[in-house]
Amino acid sequence: MEPNIPLLELVGIRKSFGGVAALTDVDFTLNAGEIHGLVGENGAGKSTLMKIIAGVHAEYQGTMRLAGKPVRFRSARDAKAAGIGMVHQELSIVRDLSVAENVLLGVQPLNRFGLVDYPKMTRIAGEQLQRLGIDVDPRLPAGALPLGLQQLIEIARVLFSGARIIILDEPTSALSPPEVERLFDLLRRVRDEGHSLVFISHFLDDILRVSDTITIFRNGRRIETAPVRRIDKRWIIERMIGAGHEELEESYTGEIQLHSRPDAKVVMTAEGLTRPGMFEDVSLDVRAGEVLGIYGFMGSGQLELARALFGKLGLARGRVLLDGRETHLVNTAAARRAGIAFVPESRRDMLFHMEPVFKNVSISILDRISRLWVRPNAERTIANKHVMSLQIRPPLVDRPLGTLSGGNQQKVALAKWLTFLPRVLLLSEPTRGMDVGAKDDVLKIVKSLRAEGIGVVVVSTEPETVLSLADRILVMKRGRIAREFADEVVSKDRLLAAA
Amino acid sequence: MTDSTAVAPARRAAASGWLQAQLRNIAPFATLIVLVALFSALSPSFTTFDNFTNILSQISVTGIIAVGLTFVILCAEIDLSVASVANAVGIVIAYFTLQDPSVNIHNVPLPGAAAIVLGLVVSVLFGCATAIGMTVIGIPSFIMTLAMLQIGAGICAMLVRGQIAYNVPSLIHTLGAGSIGPVPWIVIIAALVLLIGHIVLTYTRFGRYIYMTGGNREAAEYSGINTKAIIASVMVIAAVCSGLAGMLGVARFGSAQQDEFGDFLLDSISAVVVGGTSLFGGQGGIGNTIVGLFVLGVLNNGLDHIRIDSFLKILIRGLILLLALIVNVYAQRMRTRAATTAAAS
Repeated sequence: MEPNIPLLELVGIRKSFGGVAALTDVDFTLNAGEIHGLVGENGAGKSTLMKIIAGVHAEYQGTMRLAGKPVRFRSARDAKAAGIGMVHQELSIVRDLSVAENVLLGVQPLNRFGLVDYPKMTRIAGEQLQRLGIDVDPRLPAGALPLGLQQLIEIARVLFSGARIIILDEPTSALSPPEVERLFDLLRRVRDEGHSLVFISHFLDDILRVSDTITIFRNGRRIETAPVRRIDKRWIIERMIGAGHEELEESYTGEIQLHSRPDAKVVMTAEGLTRPGMFEDVSLDVRAGEVLGIYGFMGSGQLELARALFGKLGLARGRVLLDGRETHLVNTAAARRAGIAFVPESRRDMLFHMEPVFKNVSISILDRISRLWVRPNAERTIANKHVMSLQIRPPLVDRPLGTLSGGNQQKVALAKWLTFLPRVLLLSEPTRGMDVGAKDDVLKIVKSLRAEGIGVVVVSTEPETVLSLADRILVMKRGRIAREFADEVVSKDRLLAAA
Repeated sequence: MTDSTAVAPARRAAASGWLQAQLRNIAPFATLIVLVALFSALSPSFTTFDNFTNILSQISVTGIIAVGLTFVILCAEIDLSVASVANAVGIVIAYFTLQDPSVNIHNVPLPGAAAIVLGLVVSVLFGCATAIGMTVIGIPSFIMTLAMLQIGAGICAMLVRGQIAYNVPSLIHTLGAGSIGPVPWIVIIAALVLLIGHIVLTYTRFGRYIYMTGGNREAAEYSGINTKAIIASVMVIAAVCSGLAGMLGVARFGSAQQDEFGDFLLDSISAVVVGGTSLFGGQGGIGNTIVGLFVLGVLNNGLDHIRIDSFLKILIRGLILLLALIVNVYAQRMRTRAATTAAAS
């Protein structure tokens, strides 16, 4: 192979989903023996590009060359056969099999009776792991190992299956600092053996530490590629969110003055909340008539924290006080009785698709309007009021919820808690996947609830969501609160820099 | 495009969607009508008043068990211990009743009321054990109730030790084997239990929570419903219904012994599912169970009237159950599809 031919080269890649462009004229080059970091916001196109490389998306325009030869993968199997492996955020480790079986999954050595040759398998896997510097007994069940080790084992497997190019999607999001260190050692070792790695991450510090080259994506375009020694975090963030005038639409770069309400009554206090592996030692105050935003990357623990505050996830340590009184959130029913409401990020998870709209709206207040007997007409009256005020279409409360459009279903999900009027409302990703109009509706609803003196908590992985709704912002990083922004000027790049 | 042309296909789609959605209710009823017509044509003795009362009393014990099972299946759980609990409770009340000296059981005769109360207590204990196993320890209902089935069988065996007891408290004897005019008491009791079950499921807050828990457990939890408490309650209700059926059953059969409720597990599950209550939870109800009970009752009774090979009868029952399961699954699928296509348009 000539030294100046890149290992993998993509030219003029275009890809759209249902008329919406996901990638526009993207060129991408991966050299042999490099770690290539990919950064960009959610929806910037980096995952789509990697799925094209890994054969997941077979329909696209443009050309791909592997070691100078044009290739076109029709399936993930094609890509795998060509030496491209992918390690997803959700590991595909088989928890009940041993480490050795996982490393040699699908290529187990057989003895002369056609049965799996366990001693040989253990030996081969052991050698492979040792060569990569992974210190683990290949006979142990993989599921019993910590997540960091499982990930190294998965990388070992991808290597053993013959991959020359390994794509890692958010490999550090769930790891502790020492585990990250060990992962980086492995990645460098694999690179020095001549393999190429693509490293996708939201954690800019991690990207900067381990990559040789960094490519930045924004709105489906490749913005810039540069060797890592010439750039810093600030430089990346500017390009990620698009400073200047080129991208006016959604990239919010303006600065916002936060006005917290330190004099307002504290309705909920959390002290030292801990759930190992999700969040550690989180303390916070929720004040009446204030919107508290909690921002962090995917996997930083804020989504889980919101669930724990609603009694859906148990706490290992810490306590929650409502109006100064300790409240045991043993289950969601206890949380609701205490005056806490929660809207999960997946609206599907909180709606009953076979049931009529009015039963969906009334379910959370049923114990207030009826003791023993249900009163469907009272429920219909309440539901009708919300259907009118939120302009839910069609305005028929007896229609099964499943027959409504997605946007209208989301309004029903919110309507549920409008009647409930909680002390504290927890919203998880309240505007995810919504168009501008629907986002505006949510904004109005949240403002009106705040005006009624409800303490609102918005948790999100999207900085725009938190910036547009919150009066005070906490930033979470790897399960801990990393920074609080109150009564100061914030902007998207400051949030990103703190996370 | 004008409004009317847009509305017409939408309305047609809505109508066919309604039909698809009602398939689970229509199919069992159609099956029942076909079976009645078939047996009426084949056997003159089938369409007599006596035979009708006969069918009613034949399905009564199954019916009482099926009420509890309807609650359980609506929550997307299963209870395999119902027949075993019925048998055990039936034996318990006989154990605490004075038996003929020829019956060689070391039993403990108590007043009739005490025996009945003990029987109910044992039912509740069975239900509580199942509920704790499922909600506190986290054992899936299929396995948990399988264990309870075996425990119930064990209690039966320990109490009667291969013997047969004949006496039950007089109140139970009247309700299980007596009649008021031409109507057997057990039919009245079954009708009452079905009615109460229907009222609880349809008109109470608890009933609504059952449907919501079964329809989407995650959503019920996010709505602040204590789904564990709901599931625990339905398991206790199922056990109490089974206990009641067991007491009346031993009176009706005239004896209390091991393994005498063997058919009732399959029959009661069949009645609920054949009636159209969804095995995935959240859809169906006592109305469906009543239709299912009649389908099974008419089928069992009618096959006797046309003097079919009794071995073939067993096979036919199995095939009918299979057919009902297929309709059940398709109804679920079509209903989901109807909902999503309507949402897309």
